[in-house]
Amino acid sequence: MDTNQIHSRLEKKFGSAIIALEEVKADPYIEVSADKIFDICKYLHEDSELLFDSLVCLSGVHYLPTHKRANGVVVEKPLFEIVYHFFSYSHKHKLTMKAVVSLDDPKIQSVEKIWKGAQWLERETYDMFGIKFIGNSDLRRILCPDDWEGWPLKKDYVTQEMYKHMRVPM
Amino acid sequence: MPQIMKKMIDDPNAPYGEHIEDQNILLTTLDKLLNWARSGSVWPFTFGLACCAIEMMATGAPKFDLDRFGAGVFRATPRQADLMIVAGTVTIKMATRIERLFAQMPEPKYVISMGACATNGGPYWQHGYHVLKGVDRVIPVDVYVPGCPPRPEALIEGIMLLQKKMSQERWVTQKYSKAQKA
Repeated sequence: MDTNQIHSRLEKKFGSAIIALEEVKADPYIEVSADKIFDICKYLHEDSELLFDSLVCLSGVHYLPTHKRANGVVVEKPLFEIVYHFFSYSHKHKLTMKAVVSLDDPKIQSVEKIWKGAQWLERETYDMFGIKFIGNSDLRRILCPDDWEGWPLKKDYVTQEMYKHMRVPM
Repeated sequence: MPQIMKKMIDDPNAPYGEHIEDQNILLTTLDKLLNWARSGSVWPFTFGLACCAIEMMATGAPKFDLDRFGAGVFRATPRQADLMIVAGTVTIKMATRIERLFAQMPEPKYVISMGACATNGGPYWQHGYHVLKGVDRVIPVDVYVPGCPPRPEALIEGIMLLQKKMSQERWVTQKYSKAQKA
């Protein structure tokens, strides 16, 4: 099943929670509402014709203001995008899905209960962007030290001067 | 000089056992003897951080054979090692561990900073927020080996330089002269 067909199935099931379909040739994706992410993922995982049994990657992107979304809306505020890549070993099809959260209060439901491996992927996204995954069983930093300051992959990130007794910048 | 010894040295026709070389006598200073032993058996610490470690392994493997220089006995514990080869990118998280491992090594101990990353951050110099810009910010370095990564020959040269440094040290003399002054 390709992204278009999956999109129409999802739209039938979830209605307005499915925001947009971007049909770029290389990597088409579906944008969905962040509030419904758990239900949508559960459906993707369990529906017999979709059966996405593998969460390949879960990552984040920080967008600066004034950029155009897939549905044509020009966004004036900075935002976080959370990107999900799925693959189905049963049906051999794949899907890219995105959800948007605000910069002021970045939080989204965890999908750890559906794919166990999401736990570390969510921890990494938390580590890099500070996005909170509600329902993650152990949301700590995974790469940076536990007492690191700031979120490194945010565009406005400034490296701290010192870590313990070590100078961090060059 | 006693007559017998003079005979041992001077007389090339002395019968076997009477010439000085036949007596298994070697005259040297204690410092030189110790340095000969130490620099001929540098035991590195099994310890790799990134791609430089692959070159370090190649250096230890038969083709380049670090054992030729007495430095191929990689120890899996800091407590038996003389030399720490910092082979790879030192992240700030790792730097705290490196400090501890270095502290666990017995004196006298030496450090080789292998490759650009360990020396000054390498390609992470400007934007690598997570990389320590040079391992010499946390531990003292004896020899820097440039390269990204350095070829095994370069690491071998670094080890030979270190051996040269070791053979110029005067631990016994220093200790003796300090005791004399006190």
